[in-house]
Amino acid sequence: MAIDFGALGPEIALAVTALVVLAADLSLRGPAKQLVNPVAAAGTVVAIALTLRLWGDERSTFGGTFVIDSLALTFKLLFLGTLLAVLGISWRFFAEGRYFQGEYYFLIVTAFLGMVLMPSARDLLTLFVALETVSIPAFVMVGLRKRDLYSSEASLKFFLIGVLSVAIMLLGMSLVYGFTGTTSLTGIAEAIAATQTPGSETPLLLAAVLLIVVGFGFKVSAVPFHFWAPDTYAGAPMPVTAMLAVASKAAGFVGLTLVAFAAFAPLAGAWAPVLGVVALATMTVGNLGALQQRDVVRLLAYSSVAQAGYILLPFGVARGGTDALSLAVNQTAFRAVLLYLVAYAVMNIGAFAVVIGVARRSGLRATADYAGLGARSPLLGGAMTVFLLSLGGAPLTVGLWAKFAIVEALTVDVTAFGLVLAAGLVVNSVIAFFYYLRLIRGIWMEAPAEGAPVPQPGFNLSLVVVSLAALTVVLGVLPALVTDTTSVVTLALGR
Amino acid sequence: MDPNTAGWALVAALLLPVAGAVAMLLIPAEADRTIRRFAVVVTGVAFALVAALTAAFDYGRSGELQFVTDVPWIPAIDARFHLGIDGISLPLFFLSFLLPFLSAIYTTKHLPEPGKPKAFLGLMLLLQTGMAGTFVAFDLILFFIFFELVLVPMFFMIGMWGGPRRDYASVKFFLYTLFGSIFMLVSFLAVYFQSGLRSWDIVELSQAAGIGSVTFQTWAFLGMFLGFAIKVPMWPFHTWLPDAHTEAPTVGSVLLAGVLLKIGTYGFIRIALPILPDGALRFAPVLGVLAVIGIVYGSLCCLAQTDVKRLIAFSSVGHMGFVMLGIAAMNEAGIQAALFGNIAHGVITGMLFFLAGSLHERYHTRDIAVIGGGMLMKIPRYGVLLTYVAVASLGLPGLAGFWGEFGAMWAAISPGLGLSDTYGGLYLGLVVFAAIGTVLTAGYFLWMLQRVNLGRPSEKWAAAELDDVMRVEWVAWAPLLLLILALGVFPRLVFGVQDAAVTALLRSMGG
Repeated sequence: MAIDFGALGPEIALAVTALVVLAADLSLRGPAKQLVNPVAAAGTVVAIALTLRLWGDERSTFGGTFVIDSLALTFKLLFLGTLLAVLGISWRFFAEGRYFQGEYYFLIVTAFLGMVLMPSARDLLTLFVALETVSIPAFVMVGLRKRDLYSSEASLKFFLIGVLSVAIMLLGMSLVYGFTGTTSLTGIAEAIAATQTPGSETPLLLAAVLLIVVGFGFKVSAVPFHFWAPDTYAGAPMPVTAMLAVASKAAGFVGLTLVAFAAFAPLAGAWAPVLGVVALATMTVGNLGALQQRDVVRLLAYSSVAQAGYILLPFGVARGGTDALSLAVNQTAFRAVLLYLVAYAVMNIGAFAVVIGVARRSGLRATADYAGLGARSPLLGGAMTVFLLSLGGAPLTVGLWAKFAIVEALTVDVTAFGLVLAAGLVVNSVIAFFYYLRLIRGIWMEAPAEGAPVPQPGFNLSLVVVSLAALTVVLGVLPALVTDTTSVVTLALGR
Repeated sequence: MDPNTAGWALVAALLLPVAGAVAMLLIPAEADRTIRRFAVVVTGVAFALVAALTAAFDYGRSGELQFVTDVPWIPAIDARFHLGIDGISLPLFFLSFLLPFLSAIYTTKHLPEPGKPKAFLGLMLLLQTGMAGTFVAFDLILFFIFFELVLVPMFFMIGMWGGPRRDYASVKFFLYTLFGSIFMLVSFLAVYFQSGLRSWDIVELSQAAGIGSVTFQTWAFLGMFLGFAIKVPMWPFHTWLPDAHTEAPTVGSVLLAGVLLKIGTYGFIRIALPILPDGALRFAPVLGVLAVIGIVYGSLCCLAQTDVKRLIAFSSVGHMGFVMLGIAAMNEAGIQAALFGNIAHGVITGMLFFLAGSLHERYHTRDIAVIGGGMLMKIPRYGVLLTYVAVASLGLPGLAGFWGEFGAMWAAISPGLGLSDTYGGLYLGLVVFAAIGTVLTAGYFLWMLQRVNLGRPSEKWAAAELDDVMRVEWVAWAPLLLLILALGVFPRLVFGVQDAAVTALLRSMGG
């Protein structure tokens, strides 16, 4: 069986980049070490070019466990773009903070290698390998500040809970294999459709499915598996937090989307209500938690828990049937998830970038330190306002369209449960805006504290912040730029 | 300009303020006077364009959309960039260009702490695009965007230039409106999917009257009701309004009362009624009851106020109650009266807030007891203006406030679409209470005038140097003062424009 190396181009480019970064770190000395950052960025650009070259292709290799289609390519681009942004906000942070730069860049490129692999995986094992390739470097990166107790605690917590979730997921996967005799996602769907009658499925199979779903629940920090998130986010180096909150979570959602809609679609009647309730709980707990926070990183951590809840909402209305309406509902739900992840990446990395910019040199990260930021640094203040408004879903920002897509998915076919979920979204948007507005108010309407420093974000970070803010607004005015792409992405998944 | 082809004029008018705001970013913040003059020029040019557009409008076909732009916008969800203007939109659209122009003139002299005219006027221009856009958007998604767009600049206006409790008021305003608007969005989406037209077009959806079952329409109407009723605001959703008005800077209050509140009633008439006629019919008595509670409750609250500005704010609750009563009547006279009341309230109450702002500039308080009377002796021109506008607001025949209130009550006596058969008695009762409300309205305005205008100035103020109406104020106020009289004497100025459009609207509802 010949391997289609062309289809693996982006993965190969990232793997090579990771090794080059490691080697470059060994040969560079002192301040020159920071040059590994542009090396990594160059490798990412090559990977993006290779992804774009594949655009429009439908290919598969490794016996159908690895495919290239519109879904895979869209997510690959999203992850690679995220990697570029994360590299942009990492440079100064790691160069000035006496970190182990070479190791960091090696680890982050490796983690993104796992993410890029994820949307192409059509097999439980490939999916699992991709997920672990994301997680294991992340455990180490969280603990990079070796002498910082918080960092160590964050790392340990993240590690233990991560391993636990993996164990649970593996148990579920092995049970599913026992039932269906295959690890291929489409094979599982066919086996389930052939052997199970809707309404009276084998309970153990349903339990296995839920175990896998729970495993992903840990990854995306859904309630009640979210406890690690705020502590880990607060303790990790900030660029790593941005990576975890956005990219790693998005990867978890990609995996969840694949197993939910490709493998277990016939069982949607069982898992959809569970995920719907989990979504309601996640956004409510996340938002109520964020209300209490006085540390911006923790606030964003809880806000990203809430955002995970929003992204989970469309899963709550998924259908098991194969009639046209059910397929339309699933398709809309899937697109809503996709669109939200794109928007989420843009606005949340932007918000973390601003936080890093403010904290640079001064280490300030309390919400009180943001008082008068607009006067001290109109760039960071203005950008933060855009990102926060977008996270809340205000008009002329991409966040509005993300919310819109969610509501759209919930109302394709009006059901009582869908309306409950929509009402939950409404109430939560209001709560969320309350703390976003409080921060915005501080930025513009409060006087800066005596002797508050003027943030100096540096060129790279400013560039990332400005481009992400511009992207937030441009996509907010012309959402067609992204919806035209995402509407091509279908849930065909080889079925 | 040919109303059939000149769609560009509407787009240009809408984009001019935003373009002005962006251009203003380039002026250095130190050039205080330049910035203020530049804002006058921008709003002035935009207003001139809209005036030309109003002149070119084909009044013979005011029931049809003119100056139409209709291009695809977000193909994935079938949303279109559909702008147009008809007889219902035109007066409101005109108002949303007149008031910012006058506000910009007013701001050349008056700007509350902490100054920063660049930010203030920039936000005002953004706000202008948002509110003007809602009146000409004929795509539900586009409407929703404009509807939401006004929140952010208003939040900053209240939050940065507002009074002592601005933090509370600005957040309350934002969250309250947001809450309703998302329910509205859910309703829009439900209508979109239920209609099966794959279209957000307000005209198409209105013509397809009878989307879904009566139960569906009732629920969908409830969602829109929450969005619009909070914006109007109707009792019991009004509590954000007195806070927002009291704390907002003068210009913010003028635009809030003059245009923003109208978006709610406009939404009812343009969207909720024609698209969901069955739901509207089932809701009509509820609307009527809430409207009359608002009228009476608003007037009683006014009687208890000690702050002039807060009094005017509460009077808005009562006046918008009359507008909603007109809508609840569901007949041509009622809708006409509601739309007229909208315009009249915008002109009169906008003017009242200008006066309240100037009062504060002079006395540095708005407390009726502290002012303590004698304004007619101390600053006679100002006192006369206050009397004139207050009397217009209480609905004196011959001035603008009369036609909306009178028309709404007249229409509610015989509600349309079969409501009079089932709810005839209820509506008659509503009219009685609304009439009591007009008496109370007259009462609190006259009592307020008596306390601030009549008598002798107290010793505290007798010796103080207080300016009478300044030149810039005359310039900013004259158009409104004239409009109050003109609309009172020639109500056809508005009724005539709306007539064909309202008839068409009711015909599509089956009336």
